[in-house]
Amino acid sequence: MLAISVLMILPIIYIFNNAFKPYHELFVYPPTFFVREPSVQNFVELMLVTSNSIVPISRYIFNSVFIALLSVVGVTIVSVLCAYPLSKHEFPGKKFIFAAIILMLMFTPEVIQIPRYLVVSSLGILNTYWGHLLPALALPVGVFLLKQFIDQIPDSLLEASRIDGANEIIVLARIVIPMSMPAIATVAILAFQNAWGNLDTSALFMQDDEMKTFPFFLSTLTSNLANNVARQGAAAVAALVLLVPNLIFFVILQSKVISTMAHSGIK
Amino acid sequence: MLSKAWSYRTSYLFITPFLICFILFIVLPIIASVGLSFTYYNGIERPRFIGWSNFQYLIAQDMLFLKYALPNTFKFAIVVGPGGYAAAFLLAWLISRLRGSYRKWVALAMYTPSLTIGTAMTIIWLPLLSGDRIGYLNSFLLRIGFIDVPKLWVTKPELLMNSMIVVTLWSSMGVGFLAMLAGILNVDRTLYEAGRIDGIRNHLQELWFITIPSMKPQMLFGAVMAIVTTFKTGAIGVELSGQNPTPQYAGHLIVNHINDYGFIRFEMGYASTISVFLLIFMYFANKLSWKLFGSKEE
Repeated sequence: MLAISVLMILPIIYIFNNAFKPYHELFVYPPTFFVREPSVQNFVELMLVTSNSIVPISRYIFNSVFIALLSVVGVTIVSVLCAYPLSKHEFPGKKFIFAAIILMLMFTPEVIQIPRYLVVSSLGILNTYWGHLLPALALPVGVFLLKQFIDQIPDSLLEASRIDGANEIIVLARIVIPMSMPAIATVAILAFQNAWGNLDTSALFMQDDEMKTFPFFLSTLTSNLANNVARQGAAAVAALVLLVPNLIFFVILQSKVISTMAHSGIK
Repeated sequence: MLSKAWSYRTSYLFITPFLICFILFIVLPIIASVGLSFTYYNGIERPRFIGWSNFQYLIAQDMLFLKYALPNTFKFAIVVGPGGYAAAFLLAWLISRLRGSYRKWVALAMYTPSLTIGTAMTIIWLPLLSGDRIGYLNSFLLRIGFIDVPKLWVTKPELLMNSMIVVTLWSSMGVGFLAMLAGILNVDRTLYEAGRIDGIRNHLQELWFITIPSMKPQMLFGAVMAIVTTFKTGAIGVELSGQNPTPQYAGHLIVNHINDYGFIRFEMGYASTISVFLLIFMYFANKLSWKLFGSKEE
C-alpha cells in the first residue's frame, strides 16, 4: 500500500524538486531526483520570459485568479439555488430536470466543443470574461452532489422555520446553506479545479492574448518541450504554480469532501 | 395552468440561473451537434443539409477513423475505463483498511495526481519519459540493466499508447475514487458483525457480500465518472509526443479526430458527426454500468 502511494506521489515530488533545480542540474547525467543546490533561478526566469512581450505574466495570473474566484462564487450560488428546490420542493418538471442533469453528468464538454463555440459566439461573449465564466457555471456534477447532500437534511427543520414565518430565501440562507457546508466546500473545490486548469475557454473563446489565462500561457511555454532545452526550469515552476493552489485547497477541505462523497451515490 | 405555475414560482426562480447555463452550454450544444451532423458546415457558409452521408463516410470510408481512431479509442477505453475503475475501487478498499490519520495521507497521495490537469501533467511526465538516456525512466532501466538502449517512450508509435495509458491511469484517481472511498467508509459497521455471525470467514467474502452491495450507488457514480474521464482524454497523446497528429496516428483517439476535423480542417459538420458517434458510445457505456450497479428499486 505504501509502495503504491509512493509511486503515485513520485512524479509530484519530482516536480517540486525540478522547480528548484538550477540549469546545470536539470540536464546532468545521470539524472538526479532530488535537488542538490536549490535555487530560485527558475522562478526568476519564468517572470522574465514575458518581460519583452506585450502581455506580462502578471496579466495571465490575474485573469486566472479572477476567473477562478468568480466561477467558484458563481458555481456555488447557482448550484445551491438549483439543488435546494430539486431536493425539497415539489413542482412539475422536477423529475425530468433532475433526470436530465444525471444524463448530462456523463457527457463531457470536450466532446461538444464546436457547438459550444457557436453558442458562445452567438451570445457575443467571445473575448470577454463572460466567455470564461458562463460555460463554467453549468457544472451538473455540482448540482448533483449538492442535491444528494441536501436530501438528508430533515424536512421538519425546514417546516419549523417556515411556520416561524421564514420565506424560502431565508430558509435557504439560514438552514440549508449552513447545514450543507461540506457539500458546498466540495463543489467549490471542483469549480476551482475546473476553472484554474481550464485551457479550452482560453484557446477557443478568446482571441486577444490579454484575455487568456495562465494555463494557456503555460501551454505556449511547453509546446515542443520534448526537444527543447530552454525553459524546462520555467515550465517546472509553472506546473508547480498550477498544482499548488489545488493541493492546498484540497488538503484543507479533505474531510469535508469525503463526507460529501458519501452521499454521492446514484440510486 | 398559469396560476398553477405561479404557485411554484419560487422553485422555478431558484433553478432558473443554473438551468439557463445548463441549457445554453450543455443541452443546446448536444442538440446542435446532432443537427449539424447531418450537414456540410465549414464555419463560414450556412450549414447545408446532406442527410446521412457524413455517417456513411464515417463508418465506411474514413480510413483514419476506422484504422486508428476507433481501435485506439477501444484499446485505450477498455484499459483505462474498467481497468482504472477496478484499480480505483481496489485502492479505495485497501485505504479503508488502514487506520487513523495515516489513511488521510495515503488518500491524499492517490488523489493529488488527478489535480495535475492538462499541461502540468505533460511537464511532469515528459522528462520522466524522455527518449534519450537523460529521461528518468530510461536512465533507471539502463542502470539496472533491464534495457541496453534508451527507449523512445513517447515518440515511438508502439510505445506511445502504453505511455498514454499509464499516465492517464496515474491521474485517474479523482472524484470517483473519493466517492468510492467515502462509500466504503460509510458502510454500516454492524453489517460486518452480522455477517460474521452468518458465517462470513474472510475479508474477500466480506467485500463481496457486504461492502459492494451496500455501496452500489457510490460505485455507479464512480463508474459514470470513470467513463467521463476515459472518453474526454484526447490531448494527452499530442502533448506527450509533442506532435499533432501523433506519430503514425499511434495515439489518435476519437477526441483528437473531432478536433482535427473541427478546428484544423474546419469541417464542422463532419466533426459533429464524430461527436455524435462518441456521445452514443458514451451513452451505451453508461447504460452498461447502470445495469451493473443500478439499484433495482424504482
